[in-house]
Amino acid sequence: MNAEDIFQETFAALTVNKLRSGLTMLGVIIGIASVIAMISIGQGAQGSIQSRIQSIGSNLILITPGFTRGVGTQVSTGRGSAQTLTSEDASALSGIASVKAIAPEESKRYQVTATGKNTNTSVNGTVPAYTEVRNLEIDTGSFITDENVSSASKVAVLGPTTRDDLFGVGAGDVIGESIRINHINFKIIGITKSKGGTGFGNQDDMIFVPLSTLQKYLSGDHYVTTISVAAQNQTSMAQAQQQITSTLLARHNISDATQADFQILNQQDIIATASSVTGIFTILLASIAGISLVVGGIGIMNMMLTTVTERTREIGLRKAIGATKKDISLQFLAESFTLTFVGGVIGVALGWFISLGVAKFANIPTQVSLGSIILAFGVSAFIGIVFGYYPARRAAGLNPIEALRYE
Amino acid sequence: MIDCKHITKIYKSGSDETVVLRDVSFKINDGEFVAIMGPSGSGKSTLMHILGALDSPTSGQYFLDKRDVSSLSDDELAVVRKHNIGFVFQAYNLLKRASVLRNVTLPLLYAGVPTRQRQEKAMEALISAGMPKDRWHYLSNELSGGQMQRVAIARALVNNPSLILADEPTGNLDSVTGEIVLATFQKLNQEKKCTIILITHELYVAEHADRIIHIKDGQITKDEKNSKKRNAIISEKN
Ligand SMILES: Nc1ncnc2c1ncn2[C@@H]1O[C@H](COP(=O)(O)OP(=O)(O)OP(=O)(O)O)[C@@H](O)[C@H]1O
Ligand SMILES: [Mg+2]
Repeated sequence: MNAEDIFQETFAALTVNKLRSGLTMLGVIIGIASVIAMISIGQGAQGSIQSRIQSIGSNLILITPGFTRGVGTQVSTGRGSAQTLTSEDASALSGIASVKAIAPEESKRYQVTATGKNTNTSVNGTVPAYTEVRNLEIDTGSFITDENVSSASKVAVLGPTTRDDLFGVGAGDVIGESIRINHINFKIIGITKSKGGTGFGNQDDMIFVPLSTLQKYLSGDHYVTTISVAAQNQTSMAQAQQQITSTLLARHNISDATQADFQILNQQDIIATASSVTGIFTILLASIAGISLVVGGIGIMNMMLTTVTERTREIGLRKAIGATKKDISLQFLAESFTLTFVGGVIGVALGWFISLGVAKFANIPTQVSLGSIILAFGVSAFIGIVFGYYPARRAAGLNPIEALRYE
Repeated sequence: MIDCKHITKIYKSGSDETVVLRDVSFKINDGEFVAIMGPSGSGKSTLMHILGALDSPTSGQYFLDKRDVSSLSDDELAVVRKHNIGFVFQAYNLLKRASVLRNVTLPLLYAGVPTRQRQEKAMEALISAGMPKDRWHYLSNELSGGQMQRVAIARALVNNPSLILADEPTGNLDSVTGEIVLATFQKLNQEKKCTIILITHELYVAEHADRIIHIKDGQITKDEKNSKKRNAIISEKN
């Protein structure tokens, strides 16, 4: 028997009972498709979360006001609501060598109007360094300058979403137009590039004004809600974080670090935490998919065992006219292997398709990795051989006379 | 040449022992046409399975062309079957849902005959077996009993075996069709010098052979030359 014969015999055998072959294959298809889709979704989610964290800045350290606890009470007023950080705290950090740039900001929500339209959005008072620290890029016009800050000028830089909300999509150049924030006129000097975020803290839906202007005309205080610090490089982040902590503790006259009235978030820690969460998630998804793959394999074994029993007389006949054990076991092995192989190819295609669909409709940049294809294919080939081997051997070992007598 | 020496076959099921063949010895020369006759249950099919290298005797020796077949392994027996022996089974045993041609080419697959020659050989065999050409592409389950028997005969001939074993080849056929099948065997025996062993329980059928071996309760009761050999009358009908 040559390869072509085996192929023809296999094709003939599998097409005799198309429905059953199809259903058996379906088990493998679902198993493989889910492994590939789930891994790609998991990895896509991981990549997406990481790139979003990266997009908020590089080597970023975020300082936010912490819980203010009265001595002996457990009641806290909540993170961010406390007012413990000031612009002066930010200036004090500039002396630290491992710090590259500092951008304090005060963020508040205001009603904003322009040419009759109005929206409620976050107004962010900050300094020129913000663009460097938070990886913010300017699309048209310019960002806030040092001059704007020192003179507390009423200028504003709009996020693209805010611009669309106020002037309508496709409004064209709005530089030089004015908007009213809390009934005060501001002149638009720039539009930021889209960062493509959604929901709360979306940098596209924001208005940037000089910190001094916000404090003077809008909030009327001298507090800041966040101080963003860029470290010199990745290796100096831990050192920078430590020095910031000690500087601020000293400034706030706090000797016990656990009583700190501010919080420091390190970008590296955020990435690590997020990665470990999404990693666990991916493993969870993959193991569910793996179970369905094994179920598909058992389906193949089931079908092959039924086939061997059903075709006992045929096996007897083939042996009687000269088929050796090897011929018979090869034929049955080829059948189960074909089922898993064809099922595998369809499964990979389907998994890919699902992953593309998820990328399109759920906005997760899924990626079908070669590794997951090899894994899923390898497992299915393994299942095909292992679960096909036992029935094949059983068929090959049958005594021709007994097999021919079988009813 | 076939040489059986003291062949005994015992089937065991639990503590029960059924002796199906006891101490059977005979020789058949190349080119002989032998009928094995006996009542139902006498052990004819069992003997045929041993002669066809499908089964091994419990004791005794079986030499096929001087080779001791009774000591061969499973796969070695398969090799003997595919090159030297053609079977026509009592129950046809065709491959279901497969065409006549595919059924006939099946032994060639295992005998390693190149793909191109298979079709040609199968057609020759089908012509020898008297299978009408317009039925060659039918599926095996769309044929009449007589046609199935002819496909089975064609399958037995296709690899030009030196020995053809036929178990009740006319058992399910009417007398006219039976006659055609017997004529086919006589022709093969005369023209191709095949050794033919025909198993039957009808004296009329046995009388188409040159020699008749009578068997009863697993023992040879009579082994004689057939003095009044019948020649099958071939009529051109299905
Ligand atoms: N696998 C087996 N196990 C037990 N006994 C068996 C087995 N095969 C055959 N026999 C017994 O051997 C005896 C002979 O059977 P065999 O098939 O050789 O008869 P036969 O002469 O061909 O009969 P028939 O003319 O009806 O075909 C029978 O009594 C049968 O019950
Ligand atoms: Mg019989």
